[in-house]
Amino acid sequence: MRYIRPLSIEDAVGQLARAVGPAAILAGGSDLLVRMKGGFVEPELIVDIKGIAGLSEIRETAEGFSIGAAVPCAVLGENAALKKAWPGVVEAAKLIGSKQVQGRCTITGNLCNASPAADSVPALVAAGAKAVVVGPSGTRTVAVEIVPTGPGKTSLAKGEIIEAILLGKRAAHSGDAYLRFIPRTEMDIAVVSAGVNLTLDEQGVVKAARVALGAAAPTVLLVEEAAEALIGRKLDEAALERLARICSGACRPIDDKRGTIEFRRKVAGVLARRAATTAYARAGGK
Amino acid sequence: MAGVAVSTVINGDAVEYLCQPDEPLLDVLRDRLGLTGAKEGCGTGDCGACSIILDDRLVCSCLVLGAEAEGRRIETVEGMAHGEKLHTLQQKFLEHAALQCGICTPGFLIAAKDLLAKNPDPTEEEIRFGLAGNLCRCTGYDKIVRAVQDAAQVMKGA
Repeated sequence: MRYIRPLSIEDAVGQLARAVGPAAILAGGSDLLVRMKGGFVEPELIVDIKGIAGLSEIRETAEGFSIGAAVPCAVLGENAALKKAWPGVVEAAKLIGSKQVQGRCTITGNLCNASPAADSVPALVAAGAKAVVVGPSGTRTVAVEIVPTGPGKTSLAKGEIIEAILLGKRAAHSGDAYLRFIPRTEMDIAVVSAGVNLTLDEQGVVKAARVALGAAAPTVLLVEEAAEALIGRKLDEAALERLARICSGACRPIDDKRGTIEFRRKVAGVLARRAATTAYARAGGK
Repeated sequence: MAGVAVSTVINGDAVEYLCQPDEPLLDVLRDRLGLTGAKEGCGTGDCGACSIILDDRLVCSCLVLGAEAEGRRIETVEGMAHGEKLHTLQQKFLEHAALQCGICTPGFLIAAKDLLAKNPDPTEEEIRFGLAGNLCRCTGYDKIVRAVQDAAQVMKGA
């Protein structure tokens, strides 16, 4: 086994592309080291990306925010501008693990670990976040929802690294929110979760919406029909009722020790409704 | 496996060591450097017994590779007392009997030190949230919370 800490993304990509055996990217390590310890992965090469310039920074650009792949979630919570623009994304990222884990874990790692229950992913999908993927044949920017393809699996090719997650500039009257159900008060894995992102017009009518559900299918679900149920209306009781029904119907969950199919379906609707209500209030809707 | 040569700073002292590329920092501290304050409870980042401060961030040393410490700054429980003089938190843990078996205590002390450095006057709720990454199976937490509250009052007045 080798550990390397390249100083450029090109070097990191090259080393990963040339790796003969299994290789792993290390940012926060809060998934990788646990999986190594459990014997689930045995990488021959570990590429620590924290030495690469810019990857540990949040940059505010003309287009919005660029969150480097090695930025720990704790830092997201300390960035006032990001919190103001994307409170739902930040509250989701802040739900991952303890304070100790927050000091290490990253939203890019959360995305690439490809757990259907990843907390930050439904919020990122609802936010319409993009991932900047750097690989041997260049750079491509993709919607975050196409990165995980199933539990533990991603669409990233050999040698590809996500360099940053991009969040757009906020339109006026916009708000997002993320909620999950866990049987404890904190530090647990989502049984089911929902992220909602809304933009309103001056009168409080929903102009744009994105609704995403977590732990409800093999990958995070973007529920377009749920968004359509909100667009063109105020968030009245009928719209919320329809949103909940569509979200419950869109779930394809499993029965496991954390929850049953029936429970997940019902709670997905309840959480989508509550997250939409919070997102609406954050967008200034009354 | 080739060893990785690491230069780092631990509790203010420059330290150099060789470690394996997949060796957790916790094992380096305990087995190579004799700093056995940080404990291995779970080894998977759930219990907080191995908590240390890495460049001003509270982390689990079981979830950091020894190789990653190159050029960084590490604080462990061994750096809290000055000679015979205990840190206020250590003194208050004793006074409030905030420990029984002691396995979780170094992690709690470091986590509480980090908490008070960032929030010198925390509410009880903030203490409970701040220490939620540290598990104790003996005391039931109340005495720990009271010790941290008392230490915060003393440290504020200092």
